[in-house]
Amino acid sequence: MDFNDTPQEAEFRKEVRSWLDANAPKHLEAELKRASFGSSGLTSEDPIKAGKAWQKKKADAGWACLHWPKEYGGGARTPIERVIWGQEEGVYSVLSGPFTIGHGMCGPTVMAWANEAWKEKLLPPLASGEEIWCQLFSEPASGSDLAGLRTRAVKADDGSGDWIINGQKIWTSGARNSDWGLLITRTDPDVPKHKGLTMFFLRMDSPGVKVVPIKQANGASGFNEVYFTDVRIPDSQRLGAVGEGWKVSLTTLMNERLSIGSGMSTGFPELFRFCMEAEVDGEPAVADSNVRSKLAQFAIKQSGLKYTGMRAISALSKGETPGPENSIGKLVAGATMQELAMFALDLQGESGVVWDEDSPQNGRFQAMLMRSPATRIEGGSDEILRNIIGERVLGLPGDIRVDKDVAFKDIPTSGKQKK
Amino acid sequence: MNLDFSDEQNQLRDQVRRFLEERCPPKAVRAVLEGDANHDAALYGGLAELGVLGAAIPEEYGGVGLGHLELCVLAEELGRVLAPVPVASSIYLVAECLMQAGSEEQKSAWLPKLASGETIGCWAINEGSGRMQPSKISARFENGKLTGTKSPVADGAIADIAIVAAREGDGVSLVLVDLSAGGVSRENLNSVDPTRVQTRLRFEDAPATRIGGTGDGWHIATQVMDRAAILMGFEQLGGADRSLEMARDYALERMAFGRQIGSFQAIKHMLADMYVSATLARSNCYYGAWALATSAAELPVAAATVRVSATTAFQHCAKNNIQTHGGMGFTWEYDCHLYYRRSNALALALGSLSTWESLLIERMSAGNVEAAA
Repeated sequence: MDFNDTPQEAEFRKEVRSWLDANAPKHLEAELKRASFGSSGLTSEDPIKAGKAWQKKKADAGWACLHWPKEYGGGARTPIERVIWGQEEGVYSVLSGPFTIGHGMCGPTVMAWANEAWKEKLLPPLASGEEIWCQLFSEPASGSDLAGLRTRAVKADDGSGDWIINGQKIWTSGARNSDWGLLITRTDPDVPKHKGLTMFFLRMDSPGVKVVPIKQANGASGFNEVYFTDVRIPDSQRLGAVGEGWKVSLTTLMNERLSIGSGMSTGFPELFRFCMEAEVDGEPAVADSNVRSKLAQFAIKQSGLKYTGMRAISALSKGETPGPENSIGKLVAGATMQELAMFALDLQGESGVVWDEDSPQNGRFQAMLMRSPATRIEGGSDEILRNIIGERVLGLPGDIRVDKDVAFKDIPTSGKQKK
Repeated sequence: MNLDFSDEQNQLRDQVRRFLEERCPPKAVRAVLEGDANHDAALYGGLAELGVLGAAIPEEYGGVGLGHLELCVLAEELGRVLAPVPVASSIYLVAECLMQAGSEEQKSAWLPKLASGETIGCWAINEGSGRMQPSKISARFENGKLTGTKSPVADGAIADIAIVAAREGDGVSLVLVDLSAGGVSRENLNSVDPTRVQTRLRFEDAPATRIGGTGDGWHIATQVMDRAAILMGFEQLGGADRSLEMARDYALERMAFGRQIGSFQAIKHMLADMYVSATLARSNCYYGAWALATSAAELPVAAATVRVSATTAFQHCAKNNIQTHGGMGFTWEYDCHLYYRRSNALALALGSLSTWESLLIERMSAGNVEAAA
């Protein structure tokens, strides 16, 4: 056991470091270090503009989309090289936030399902950050049960072969800045829910597309609703066969879970620093036995996630596929962050309710408290993640699904209607 | 980066797992739980022959000279089957203490016998209820004689030698006592886990020799217990994993309301949470194994991390294994209680969970904030 690079890895790391040293936008470093909870931390520059500039610079030098093939603008690097890049890019990776969904999910889906002409047209500008993509999956009435979505795609009656889209998507990150969207729709309500879906991609400036920011429970607006009113999509922008949308979406969702070694934040380092400075009954908080017990339980989660990530990196380094242990990441990090935020406010006593610049660490823990409920829901809720661990890792049977063989149009849509 | 065991180490694991499946089925654990024997002597002899006891003891002292990573692998396997043998006392603690602080004479005299299983050692630090601290030690070592009472001492009933913490002058020293040399009486104690016997040892002018310098006892004991905490963490990890497997198997087999109970989310999610805590413990244990094998500067933090994580995971998995089994899990006949007993006994050995939680944060804050990231 060791934490060392192999000679080839060390060589690669050196190359990455020297390129970053010469090219990273160092004037933004201090601002980027303040990034948290979906905010880039940037105030001196527009985050999208700065992000596009950094992505283009990386792409020109061959450092964009390291996991993609070169012909589509990628770096064709190994998984371990991608991990090393991520470690070295560090705080500057925040700048590429607007492209995460495109690079990690939409791009791989296009790569797997689009024809060659589309791939050549769509992928290079996505890799270089010239175009931004968003993922139009969740709906107000279908989140965890994604296959229950209702946005309709109907063949136009003018013989053009185009599709007419009507409906609503929600929780779409970055929709306001996106050029393209990956859209899953229902084309056939007369068959069971998984069988009547079809995937498309479309320009976000298509007539009839309306993006509305969501005012979230924490007061911020990172997500959007996207409304479709008679939006026309050419049939050439369909991915996979009609009715095959669920299968196509699995490509996207599989890629969502492939981000390895990124190491999700639990907020522990920040809490520990706070407890080193804060006092309980006139003594340093870290000397209090109750505080110590709580901190220790947070600490083992933080280090457990860290070393779980390192085990995955070890597997990649040997050219192996990491085991299922990475599936615990978001489940642990989300719940830990929420408990930890509550504990940090508890230590502040009655003042914990105050959320302003004078609050400890500029109100970081209050912000964490108010953002953490979303972490436990987005990208697979705690409950869905536990199902995945239970069924795919432990091999337990799936739940009984009463809507499995029922035509979509006959599935009940409200508990109230039954009465 | 390679935070994993090597192919050779995993082969060793397979070999020992097969050996233990044959030689240490649940009925062997029950024989100690229900019978008069305080350990499985035949199994212990077999482990000695296989080289398990001497795995981390250098060849010059009669060991196999593999190393601590191998011992971690073996500890996990012993933990999986709840092996009713004094490996923790004799090897993780006593042999480790001699290797860390023993004189040449002490090492030559005892390490070969500990490796061969001919001699069993026990670790006699604790006195009475409450968290152990140097100020609580009242046993005295004067003029080569030890007087005092130690309780509870794991494996004290079957040990041939003991390492004892005793007051010497103003400080605490560690002394080695040959338990057959007189001045020693033993009394077995009832405990929550009779598969590892607990004993009260009384010393009355028992001949003893010091290990390390006068007054260095607490410092040495802390170092030794840190190393043992990592090894015991692997035992706890093995027990946690096995408890999870038992619960999973039962959830697949048991039907209720016309379905396998594992299809109910209440059960499925409980098992997923067990998997989470066992996985966190495994990753923390690997970190500990690295620190132990390299004697890294962060070993004290790593040891406390392992200890807190592995204790939490084993207790969590063992109690929810019973819960998954429902009423059957509370019968004497099912093996769930064997794991529940062991998880709670190991949670207290070397100091309680809250003690180690406190130690972890004390050590992290004594280091630097970097350690938290």
